[in-house]
Amino acid sequence: MDGIEVKGAQTLFQIGSIAITETIFSLIIVTLTLAIAGILLGRKLKKRPGMLQVLTEKGVSMLMNLVRDTMGEHNMNWVPYIGTIFLSSILGSLIGLTGFLRPTTADLAVVLTWAIMTSVIIWYQSIKRNGVWGWLKGFTDPIVVMTPMNVVSEIAQPVAMAFRHFGNVAGGSIITMIIYTALALASTALIGLLSSNWIMPGILAVLGIVLLIIGIRRKKMLRTVVAVLLLIIGATGIVTKLGLLGNVQIPVLQLGIPALLSLYFDLFSGFVQAFVFSLLSMVYIAGACPPPETQK
Amino acid sequence: MNEAMIIAAKAIGAGLCMGIGAIGPAIGEGNAVGKALEGMARQPESAGNLRTNMILGCAVTETTGIYSLVIALLILFAL
Repeated sequence: MDGIEVKGAQTLFQIGSIAITETIFSLIIVTLTLAIAGILLGRKLKKRPGMLQVLTEKGVSMLMNLVRDTMGEHNMNWVPYIGTIFLSSILGSLIGLTGFLRPTTADLAVVLTWAIMTSVIIWYQSIKRNGVWGWLKGFTDPIVVMTPMNVVSEIAQPVAMAFRHFGNVAGGSIITMIIYTALALASTALIGLLSSNWIMPGILAVLGIVLLIIGIRRKKMLRTVVAVLLLIIGATGIVTKLGLLGNVQIPVLQLGIPALLSLYFDLFSGFVQAFVFSLLSMVYIAGACPPPETQK
Repeated sequence: MNEAMIIAAKAIGAGLCMGIGAIGPAIGEGNAVGKALEGMARQPESAGNLRTNMILGCAVTETTGIYSLVIALLILFAL
């Protein structure tokens, strides 16, 4: 695999014997951002709310409605936990958009921790309700032969949750990286082709200028964008042909296209995975905390 | 020669793993989304509830596909 390197989180620096990796650094930033935002937004609440308070209240009530619909009215004390997981996950995925910070959810340790936290909560709730013996007896449900299956499914639940989130984010970043490398190779080939003679970049540049004039005069968005792209590629070809840059080659194709990928993999996928992770947490916890009427 | 054989075997293995592993989740998610759309067309007022459950079901269905992705990545980069 020349040119493509996939690495785990690298160690940035050490404090004593604790290695601070890129993931831990991003995680600290996410935590601080959320904590500071929470303190700032929750302070000085007024009877007659301002712009910021209205938005905050809208978000909080959306979260509370979601929890109420999924888990029921008697489980409303889980709103802070679900909200924390959702916000940490989505901010941890979005922090990859900065370009130099590693997304925290692309590390198995982080999501596995969240999944195990959810599992521990489920086990604790179950033990609190049924007692230790009742909890252990639940594994032999419906017959004793099923015990290994139940144990495996209990262990598979956090593993599946963690791997789902991790696989989506890590797979997305690897695909983005592979396409990024491919685009660099393709743009090298394209510029090599363009700078071999004068005709090709000249035609492209003239075409770009003509389209640009037409596009601006008739206010056609698409034509203007295509024109700007043609102009950039043509101009790069001419500049390289003139030898102004020496041996430096501008990877023209890397402009713009990775942004579209990042729009899908970071924004959409990050949001969906955060939603799915918190939704699954809600469903599992609600399963361990049935409404008070049916409690024995 | 030996090195090249290993790289080729890794590439073939990862490709097979991802390709075959993607069949099941694709069919399953297609089924889930199709049924959800049928339900939404029949009862547009329950669209919001259906959408939430559909995303949840898709995510659970996707798990096996993600497993094969993780295995493929392990074969390519960790093995």
